[in-house]
Amino acid sequence: MTTTMTASDTDRFVEVFEAFEKGLPASQPESLRKIRREAIGRFSDLGFPTIRQEEWRFTNVAPIARTPFSLKVATDTVKASSIQPFSYDGTIQLTLVNGRYVAALSQLHSLPEGVVVCSLNEALEKHPEKVEPHLGRLASFENHPFVALNTAFYGDGIFIWVPRNQVVEPPINLVLVGSPSAGPIAFFPRNLIVGGESSQVTVVEQYVTVGEGTYLTAPVTEIVAGDNAVVDHYKLQRESSEAFHMATFQLQLGRDSNVSSHSISWGGGLVRNDVNAVLDGQGGEATLNGLYMVEGTQLVDNHMRVDHVAAHCDSHELYKGILEGKSRAVFNGRIYVHPGAQKTDAKQTNRNLLISPDAICNSNPQLEIFADDVKCTHGSTVGQIDETAIFYLRSRGIGEAAARSLLTFAFAADIVERIKVGAVRRDLEEFLFRRLPKGDIVRQAV
Amino acid sequence: MSLLEIKNLHARVEEQEILKGVDLIINPGEIHAIMGPNGSGKSTLAQVLAGKEDYEVTEGEILYKGEDLLEMAPEERAREGIFMAFQYPVEIPGVSNVYFLKAALNAIRTHRGLEEMDAMDFLVYVREKMKVVKMDEALLNRPVNEGFSGGEKKRNEIFHMSVLDPVLAVLDETDSGLDIDALKIVADGVNSLRSEDRAFLVITHYQRLLNYIVPDVVHVLIDGRIVRSGGKELAFELEDKGYAWLEEPLGAGEPVGA
Repeated sequence: MTTTMTASDTDRFVEVFEAFEKGLPASQPESLRKIRREAIGRFSDLGFPTIRQEEWRFTNVAPIARTPFSLKVATDTVKASSIQPFSYDGTIQLTLVNGRYVAALSQLHSLPEGVVVCSLNEALEKHPEKVEPHLGRLASFENHPFVALNTAFYGDGIFIWVPRNQVVEPPINLVLVGSPSAGPIAFFPRNLIVGGESSQVTVVEQYVTVGEGTYLTAPVTEIVAGDNAVVDHYKLQRESSEAFHMATFQLQLGRDSNVSSHSISWGGGLVRNDVNAVLDGQGGEATLNGLYMVEGTQLVDNHMRVDHVAAHCDSHELYKGILEGKSRAVFNGRIYVHPGAQKTDAKQTNRNLLISPDAICNSNPQLEIFADDVKCTHGSTVGQIDETAIFYLRSRGIGEAAARSLLTFAFAADIVERIKVGAVRRDLEEFLFRRLPKGDIVRQAV
Repeated sequence: MSLLEIKNLHARVEEQEILKGVDLIINPGEIHAIMGPNGSGKSTLAQVLAGKEDYEVTEGEILYKGEDLLEMAPEERAREGIFMAFQYPVEIPGVSNVYFLKAALNAIRTHRGLEEMDAMDFLVYVREKMKVVKMDEALLNRPVNEGFSGGEKKRNEIFHMSVLDPVLAVLDETDSGLDIDALKIVADGVNSLRSEDRAFLVITHYQRLLNYIVPDVVHVLIDGRIVRSGGKELAFELEDKGYAWLEEPLGAGEPVGA
């Protein structure tokens, strides 16, 4: 296997940056342009990662590096009917096609007073004072080539801003469509969600594919939860197997804030989710749940990092994976308890179910603790379906395939049950019923 | 025709032979009890009847309704009316007890050419059955056996049995570890299902159960063979004398101390 990235792979992106920057709207503030230039400089130094780097040991991105992606994307290739399956009745929906906001495919109902929900570009024009303090400053590109690429090349994204004490009840549905038309394309959505003090908001982020072809989407979503704010976030990664998906999700938790993230991955050919939560106000609570179900030659890599900076914060991580075919899963979970983060309560669990003997899972939990009065636990398992349970079900009349599916569904059930948005939960259940053999029996039995 | 006919059954797990020639005939309407000391092969017999693949049948045959039982998959046996109450019922987190039963019952009904039961009819049906085993409705909606006490698990097995309406029910030490109230509930469950076309094979380590479930025939299984069969009085005799007196004749024809 060749792992060397040639300079030219990296240069392809560096060379087009100048032209890209010239094409940016005149309204782009100089402060953000400066960050973009720093980011492309950093990417030029870093290059694409290789499996010789610890953080990328099991995830070979050579197929991405050697693909000549175009940054020129069309936004008119997607019909409303194509994204209808991803719409939820009565919810606000914002749609990005190939990383650009498309108003015609979005529905913006009335919002509570003071709430801003719009494209990032519109926000930069109309509300720069709300965007600039955060944009490009949270997710670090120092050591992450794809964050660096995103920071240099983001073309648009979604901006959500909820003022102090305001509650947005219905979930806000973000549909990010990848729709390549002529040759491989790359795009870099940049989403920013800011919850003011004591505010509350629920956001669903769906990554979907319309049409066929290879593409790279490397989104960065940043969440800033103010003091006492509540943010619930759901991510559904359901793209085609031709998609490369290299995402970073950055959470900043203020004092007494409560943020939950539910990351569901069943699509994409090569998928990486970096989830970074920084708890830097006392009393913050982060819940990070995930479910991945992969088959064929799919690879999904969930890289978690939780930084306990302040004292009295809780973090709970539960990631579960179901692996079929020759698929691979990587779980790397790091909990970092900084000096002074006393009374930290951190728990991390990763469980994997190997359906096929050819699937491979690499699970690597890590704890780094620099405070002396903390409670930290982690656990990781890789196993097969319990044959005793299969026999028990069969001895009651359930066929073998249905019994296996039932137990597989049951394995996923505690993640499914934790999903509070009904439409998302149903989407996930429907996916499982479709994917699992004899899914109709499972549907009846759960 | 007898319901179940076991002829010269030999079975082993891994390299160890456990059943060494079991013969047994059960007719519809009968209750048979199998008693025996630990390690005699009682549970192996139950597992072989239910179709557990860890056990390899090396000799002999089992006819169920005249058909070769050993050719059938575990789920086919269940659909044909064989039910086994497990000695150690399995916990299945994430699968609700009631929905699981509905799926099981409908699999069996479909096999028998009956219409599937819808959710409403099923609930009415199930509530009726729950009364028999005095099941708490809360256990219905919990995941199968998860967090159930030992007694609740055994009662749940009897509950499953009454819902699935078997032709031949095999109870594998369902009485072990039960207090007298739970034991009576289990016995009541069995007695309420007694009928002309249904048969039971009750495997037990303790004679006490047979005070509540009165068997037609008692068999003693020792070292993989049925060494004595008799009426219900045999159980009392065993209670008095233990098994030692029956172990002797087994040596006949075989080198002693082998």
